Amino acid sequence: MKVSVKRGDSYQEFEVPRHPSQTVLDVVTYIQRHLDPTLAYRFACRVGMCGSCAMMVNDVPRWTCRTHVDRVLEKDALTVAPLRNLPVIRDLVTDMREFFDKWARAKGEFRGRQSKQDDFAKVPPQSEERVLVDKGIECIGCAVCYAACDVVKWNPDYLGPAALNRAWTLVKDVRDRSQLERLRAVSGDAGCHACHSHVSCTERCPKHLSPTAAIAGLKREVAKAVLRGEL
Amino acid sequence: MSYRAESFLWLMQRISAGVLALCVTVHLATIIYAVQGGLSAAEILGRTRGNAGWFAFYCVFVLAVTVHVPIGLRSVCSEWLRWRGRSRDLALLLFAAFLAWAGMRAVVGVFA
Repeated sequence: MKVSVKRGDSYQEFEVPRHPSQTVLDVVTYIQRHLDPTLAYRFACRVGMCGSCAMMVNDVPRWTCRTHVDRVLEKDALTVAPLRNLPVIRDLVTDMREFFDKWARAKGEFRGRQSKQDDFAKVPPQSEERVLVDKGIECIGCAVCYAACDVVKWNPDYLGPAALNRAWTLVKDVRDRSQLERLRAVSGDAGCHACHSHVSCTERCPKHLSPTAAIAGLKREVAKAVLRGEL
Repeated sequence: MSYRAESFLWLMQRISAGVLALCVTVHLATIIYAVQGGLSAAEILGRTRGNAGWFAFYCVFVLAVTVHVPIGLRSVCSEWLRWRGRSRDLALLLFAAFLAWAGMRAVVGVFA
C-alpha cells in the first residue's frame, strides 16, 4: 500500500507491505524500522490503554494501535498526520502540554472531604451519581476528542471535551469538596458554554465515552447553581 | 465577561430557543392554515388589526428573537471573526436594539 506521512509542511510517501491484522501503528513502526529511521512518532502500550499513539488517519483522529488497516484503507492508500489542534514537535509527535494543562484548568483533580482518620467513603455502585461517573471514567487521555473538536480549532482557549469530561466525573463524585470552584472553572467562553454539541468527540472517542453528554451535564449543573445564586 | 454573566447568557439563549420553537411552529401553522383559500393584504390586515391575543403573541416572538439572535451571533463573532471583548458586545447590543425596533415596528403595523 501507499502511505503518505506528514512531515513538517509536506507529505512523504512510502510503500509498505500489507499483512493480516495489521494496525496503523504497525505501518508507522515498519516505516521507521525499515524505510526511514528518522521518522518521529509516539507510542507505549500498543494495546489501547495508554493513549499515546493517537494520530490523524485519512484526516480522522484515531488510536493507531487499535485501528486495523483493513478498516481505514482507501484505494490501497493511507494518510497519516499528527493530531489536529495541537502544536507539532516533529513529524507525528504533538506537544500535549496544552491539552493536559486544560485538565488542571478545569479543576480536574480530586479533592476529598475526608482525612486518613476517617473510614472509607461508601458510594453505592448503583447510585445515580456513581452511574454517571462510571459512564465517563474510562478516558485514556489520548486527545482524539480534542483533535476532533471544531470548537477547539475556533477558540484555542476552549478547555475541550476531555478536560470537561474529567470535570464532569468529579462534579458527580459525592466525595469531592471543590464543586463550586470547579463549576466556576468550567463555565463561560472557554468552558462548557462554548460547546456547540457537534458530537464529533463522542463520534471519535475510541473508548466510546460521550464527552458531549458530560458537557451537557455541566451546563445543567452550572445553570442550577446560577439559579440558586451560588455562582 | 464573568462566568456568572456567561452562564446567564447561555440560560437566556436556551429559554429563548424554547420560546422560539413554539412561536415558529404556531406562526407557520397559522400561515399555512390561513392562506389555504387565498388571502389579500387587506384581508390579512382586516383579521389581524385590533387582535390583542395575536399582538401579545408576536410581542413575545420579537422579544425571543431579540434575546436569542445576538447571543448566538456573539459566538459566531468570536469563533469565526475572532472578534471578542467590549466592542463586540456593544455592537451586538445595538443589533439587539435594531431587532427589537424592526420587529415591533412590524408587529405594530400588522396588529395595532
